Amino acid sequence: MFIINCPYCGERDHAEFSYGGEAHLVRPKQPTELSDDQWAEYLFMRKNIKGIQYERWNHSHGCRRWFNLSRDTSNDKIHSVYKIGEKPSE
Amino acid sequence: MSNEYRLSSGGQINRSEIISFKFNGKILYGYKGDTLASALLANGIHLIGRSFKYHRPRGIFTSGVEEPNALVQIIKDEAKTDPNLRATQIEIYEGLSATSQNCWPSVKFDLGSINNLFSPIIPAGFYYKTFMWPASLWKNVYEYFIRKAAGLGKSPTKKDPDMYDHNYYHCEVLIVGAGPAGLVAAKTAANAGKRVLLVDERPNFGGNLNFANENYNKINELAPLEWIKKTCLELKNYKNIKILNRTSVAAYHNYNYLIMMQNLTDHLPDKDKKGKIRQRLWKVRAKKVILATGSIERPMIFDCNDRPGIMLSSAVRKYANSYGVKCGNNISIFTNNDDAYETAITLHNKGIKVKSIIDIREKSNGSLPKKCDELGIKIHWKSAVIYTEGYKKINKIHVINLSKDNSSVVGNKLKIDCDLLCVSGGYTPAVHLYTQSGGKLDYNEDKHYFFPKKNTLNQMSIGSCNGTFGLKNIITESHEKTKEFLDIKKTEQFSILEPRSGNFENIWLIPSNKISGKTKSFVDYQNDSTANDIKLALREGFKSIEHVKRYTTTGMATDQGKIANMHALGIISEVTNTKLGELGTTTFRPPYSPITFGALVGRNVGKFFDIVRKTPMHNWHEKYNAKFEDVGQWKRAWYYPSGKESMYDAVQRESKAARSNAGILDASTLGKIDIQGSDASEFLNRVYTNAWNKLAIGKCRYGLMLNDDGMVYDDGVTTRLGENHYIMTTTTGGAATVMGKLEDFLQTEWPELNVYLTSVTDHFATISVCGPHSKKILEKVTQNIDYSDTNFPHMSFKNGLVDKINCRVMRISFTGELSYEINVQANYGQSVWEKCIVAGKEYGITPYGTEAMHLLRAEKGFIIVGQETDGTVTPVDLQMDWIVSKKKYDFIGKRSLYRSDTIREDRKQYVGLITKDPKEILEEGAQIVAEVKNKPPMDMIGHVTSSYYSPNLNKSIALAIVKNGKKLKGKKLYIPMPNKTIEVTVSDTIFLDKEGKRLNA
Ligand SMILES: [Zn+2]
Repeated sequence: MFIINCPYCGERDHAEFSYGGEAHLVRPKQPTELSDDQWAEYLFMRKNIKGIQYERWNHSHGCRRWFNLSRDTSNDKIHSVYKIGEKPSE
Repeated sequence: MSNEYRLSSGGQINRSEIISFKFNGKILYGYKGDTLASALLANGIHLIGRSFKYHRPRGIFTSGVEEPNALVQIIKDEAKTDPNLRATQIEIYEGLSATSQNCWPSVKFDLGSINNLFSPIIPAGFYYKTFMWPASLWKNVYEYFIRKAAGLGKSPTKKDPDMYDHNYYHCEVLIVGAGPAGLVAAKTAANAGKRVLLVDERPNFGGNLNFANENYNKINELAPLEWIKKTCLELKNYKNIKILNRTSVAAYHNYNYLIMMQNLTDHLPDKDKKGKIRQRLWKVRAKKVILATGSIERPMIFDCNDRPGIMLSSAVRKYANSYGVKCGNNISIFTNNDDAYETAITLHNKGIKVKSIIDIREKSNGSLPKKCDELGIKIHWKSAVIYTEGYKKINKIHVINLSKDNSSVVGNKLKIDCDLLCVSGGYTPAVHLYTQSGGKLDYNEDKHYFFPKKNTLNQMSIGSCNGTFGLKNIITESHEKTKEFLDIKKTEQFSILEPRSGNFENIWLIPSNKISGKTKSFVDYQNDSTANDIKLALREGFKSIEHVKRYTTTGMATDQGKIANMHALGIISEVTNTKLGELGTTTFRPPYSPITFGALVGRNVGKFFDIVRKTPMHNWHEKYNAKFEDVGQWKRAWYYPSGKESMYDAVQRESKAARSNAGILDASTLGKIDIQGSDASEFLNRVYTNAWNKLAIGKCRYGLMLNDDGMVYDDGVTTRLGENHYIMTTTTGGAATVMGKLEDFLQTEWPELNVYLTSVTDHFATISVCGPHSKKILEKVTQNIDYSDTNFPHMSFKNGLVDKINCRVMRISFTGELSYEINVQANYGQSVWEKCIVAGKEYGITPYGTEAMHLLRAEKGFIIVGQETDGTVTPVDLQMDWIVSKKKYDFIGKRSLYRSDTIREDRKQYVGLITKDPKEILEEGAQIVAEVKNKPPMDMIGHVTSSYYSPNLNKSIALAIVKNGKKLKGKKLYIPMPNKTIEVTVSDTIFLDKEGKRLNA
């Protein structure tokens, strides 16, 4: 039950957002040149770490914009929120 | 009114208001302000129920939320009955009827108590060890007996007639608990203008101060009750504070989000409950939270410490002071601290005989023990109670001296008669909410309790839940810390009178003169776990406290071990020689005290519970007797029975009419996304499997959308309205997720594309007219459109007018018939629909629903995403290779189409099935086998995805997904059903008009 500071709208309740999985997975520009293993690495493999994790979130019941945030999965503390294309502050 | 245990005066009860209630069918009396427990005790009733495993008689042990024994069921009727309520929390009202639980057939004669005789064979893990084998006995034997013998109350069997509510609330500071610490914090904060919410689970505020001895405790020269009254009055005068009683915080989540349940009517007589909300669930987001949840008194763990008539010392004091009830006439007290002496003095002053105090300490330098000595109460120093006698009520205690190091007993035992034993093992800070919020604990080695490790910027604990004891310490800490926490300058002075307190000494498990294993020293009363169970679990190799907890079930009952979790940990720490601070605690989980399903669900709003979406023509469908089906939130016309026509007959008639004359379908629910921007064509190229850049303006194209794993995700027709302008249709159910997915790609993967998406599903009404007469009907309905095949061929679109209304007409077909879709602004949907009906009358136009639509497309072998596909099907599996572009460099899902798994030849593939008997209709979902055996298991190679009787072909047709299906064409397969096996032949998926001639009929 977090409060998420949407970079476009400000602080809003968790319930307004949807989780979009791990952040900074860049879709390969030339998928056809990848081996099965390389493609599978992009498609299926996720870190699911305990600690600071970078995540994609969508303000689905608000501005509908996607953004990234870094969250400590051990205590759900959100350390930074930043727009797509930007880098986290820490 | 026989209240032989009621004192002649005193208490916060209203003696002028007598209340009658029933307990186990017997009519009893109490006063307004009594709890069920205090009223029963006033009537001399201690025995409330039987224990969970051994069915030992158990009595009222506490005076509050921590009660492990006195669980009752409140019964009104089949719809209104509440199990597992604590008698110590129920406020009595006229008409209350409560019964004991967990005793069968009655509380006084209990068949299950035979377990008690065999208790040596019901050790820890008994249920795990015994009821394992054979599995066949589970259903009829074990489960029946366990449920019958162990049942914790009964659920209502009818619909809940009560009203519940949810309330969202925001405040600057939430204070949980209105004992002395909470009250001082609330006043400090309110006085500084903060927006405060103060809650307490009890009906009255003041906490344990309510029953403190007024001769020894004073605040600002006021007796405890006077100070509480004055403070509460002052608080009520602040406009910036909201105060809730009977409100229990169930859960403390992250970011100061707390769930609380407020009880509004449970304490009222039945006649006053009518029309009122029973409980309200509060969802509170607080800027800052102050926890002042107090502490819970501990018992002592010794042999047979569970008999009725053994109670917590503070509870006995509360019953005397707050309810004017004496819990016994001949009282002994067993303690390790000074607090129990306040109980002794209070009882003595009320004329109740306190015969002896057994204290494990060598001595105390406190002021209260000294007073007891002066009063002539016999104190047995350095002694312990090691056994009790009495079956349904205690009648004797065995007392013996302790060795110097408290590890064993010495000398001869002394037997003392008594009808009540008060026990006091010190206090455990109630850190439940603190730990729920993620807080870590520290262990105090001297005082033997866990306490909050640290306060944060937005949360702090004060008072005894913080490990702060003594009235003066609590009040000073509360005031000072609240000032600091909320940045308040104003200071208030307090003068406090309190007794001087002696030291505290702790023994987790009182030693015994019996050999180990022969004692029944209960740690968890409700689940009947003993110290020996814990030791056994440790001997059997359980090391983690979480495992010991589950194996012995200690702390897993409805009270969640509020009373004795500490002792369980203490015993584990002693046996394993681990420091408690290192051992830690088991996890405290919400809810702190049980909350009802009704409160969680909230108001029953009937049809408003979920959003219902209706098309612009909905009223027409209703008027013409349509039956509706739910597709997501949409209500879609399913079929239109004429008179008493069955669904089957209606669908057959509608399907036939659509091919022989004309049919009309409401397709407004299809998702519609308006796509604009200079990169719109490139965008479509990337999200669909086929090529889009060469699609001419005014043309339509069918597209298949995949996930990047190569599996079919959605499909639909997209029309190019202009150079940089498309309108995409999606499936009805997929509209929102497709829109979300496309937005995701645009925002995160391809921000360089100049494309804008707008959902316009609700903006347009879509009317589909099909059949050989459809063109003639459209010509009558629209103006300025030339419907000749050369001007307006299949898969193209025209702008036109219906009267003065703009419309878009697409010539596209999901039925395989000549077919047009008219899109108009939603407000005009019904009038245009009606216009089509009138225009089509001479051609026999027939409205058809989604069921006939499904049948018609199945005749043509068109897939429905979600019916023929299930997220594991690729376009190649669907034999739709034609729609997958070989030329395009990339599109979503392309790379996955030639992974080693997706290129397997024997994947499940899309096929048609023809039954041997043309009248036999397959069941959708039926499993398909190649080889029939006498009984299962058989190798299942696929399943039927769609199945109908085709009125246009006069035979049964079906679509299926079958392993290696492409190569099985013409082969026989079998569908085993419960009473027969159906033979089918694998066929092409297109059953009707393979050449597509009808599109241009
Ligand atoms: Zn936003």
